Amino acid sequence: MTVLYFAWLRERIGLGREELDPPAHVATAADLAAWLSQKEPRYAAAFEDMASIRVAVDQEQVELDAPITSAREVAFFPPVTGG
Amino acid sequence: MSRSRVQREDFDIAAEIDAITASRADIGAVATFTGLVRDHGGTVAAMELEHYPGMTERALKEIAQEAERRFPLLDACIIHRYGLLNPGDRIVLTIAASAHRQAAFDGAAFLMDYLKTKAPFWKRETTPEGGAEWVDARDSDDAATAKWSNYNG
Repeated sequence: MTVLYFAWLRERIGLGREELDPPAHVATAADLAAWLSQKEPRYAAAFEDMASIRVAVDQEQVELDAPITSAREVAFFPPVTGG
Repeated sequence: MSRSRVQREDFDIAAEIDAITASRADIGAVATFTGLVRDHGGTVAAMELEHYPGMTERALKEIAQEAERRFPLLDACIIHRYGLLNPGDRIVLTIAASAHRQAAFDGAAFLMDYLKTKAPFWKRETTPEGGAEWVDARDSDDAATAKWSNYNG
């Protein structure tokens, strides 16, 4: 799946998008963040405070416990500040 | 119908109103809202607007369509810029057209309140000294969106 990061998440992780093939136990967006955080400190720094993180699956904003097993695109970002 | 665009370039408010009102005579009211970059007393030198290409276009379209479901609008328009903007630059335009003024005012305000909390944009302000900071989302914007949940004009 394609995983995207925006704003300060992108800065902390050091990239805006990557292709990932997470293991089967990674079932939700929160699982994906936890799995990445265990892999490298830069992800742990980005996902330190999950209360300040929003997620979209296939370009629809969803809750962090939303399933991602059939997702093509998962995006993590801070609360939006448009307008 | 509704129209929405995300673009780097500036927009022409009068031209956008004309595009909505040309070749029809049933519109009696057009309300517009324009958002500008503020310098916050000289502490903001520039603003970089990041967005999520693909999702942004979908979100703007859904917000405009939602406004048309809620209010008796004859047309609705959202234009949101991204990229590097300077104090005084236009950021966003919402337009709501209707037969009467109340729906036009409500529509333009609704579009703006929903944009603030539902469109995937992020603002990064730079200071004259070269510092940079991401703008935090505001609870007051969430409250402004929530107030529409029980409002039907």
